[in-house]
Amino acid sequence: MLFFSFFKTLVDQEVVVELKNDIEIKGTLQSVDQFLNLKLDNISCDDETKYPHLSTVRNIFIRGSTVRYVYLNKNMVDTNLLQDATRREAMSEKK
Amino acid sequence: MSETPLNLLKLNLDERVYVKLRGARSMAGTLQAFDSHCNIVLSDAVETRYELVDGELRSTERPSEMVFVRGDSVTLVTTPEDE
Repeated sequence: MLFFSFFKTLVDQEVVVELKNDIEIKGTLQSVDQFLNLKLDNISCDDETKYPHLSTVRNIFIRGSTVRYVYLNKNMVDTNLLQDATRREAMSEKK
Repeated sequence: MSETPLNLLKLNLDERVYVKLRGARSMAGTLQAFDSHCNIVLSDAVETRYELVDGELRSTERPSEMVFVRGDSVTLVTTPEDE
């Protein structure tokens, strides 16, 4: 649940998602669910020539399991809050 | 009281860690968050990709200030060798 909540705080921010097939997509995070499926709006690829099949698409749904990384900016994240939330989550799973 | 392996990872929060990943990749960074799926958030991270080019091992690095790593790519988490 931790990362579901984490991604909910990132909604409306611009993120870069790297998929397991090496495709990299930049876009505005529109929504997220418990499987960490992502909806991105207004997407662009750094190298449009490499992914011509994506160049006409603006809005996509990404299945969570195909994600390798999500690159974020430092200013989007409250690191103290995130560390505390991690400790709490680890604590609650112990019971 | 026995600590579970994941609970011991808590001790590495806000410390530098080295994460080995699937697909000849690794990532070093400061541990900010993790969960039971080994989903991880690292700050000030550097990803290293290893490739064989003509039988020679090449590595390429890519820095990022904050990155989420999906747990199913993670194979191990340890403290880094000297950076």
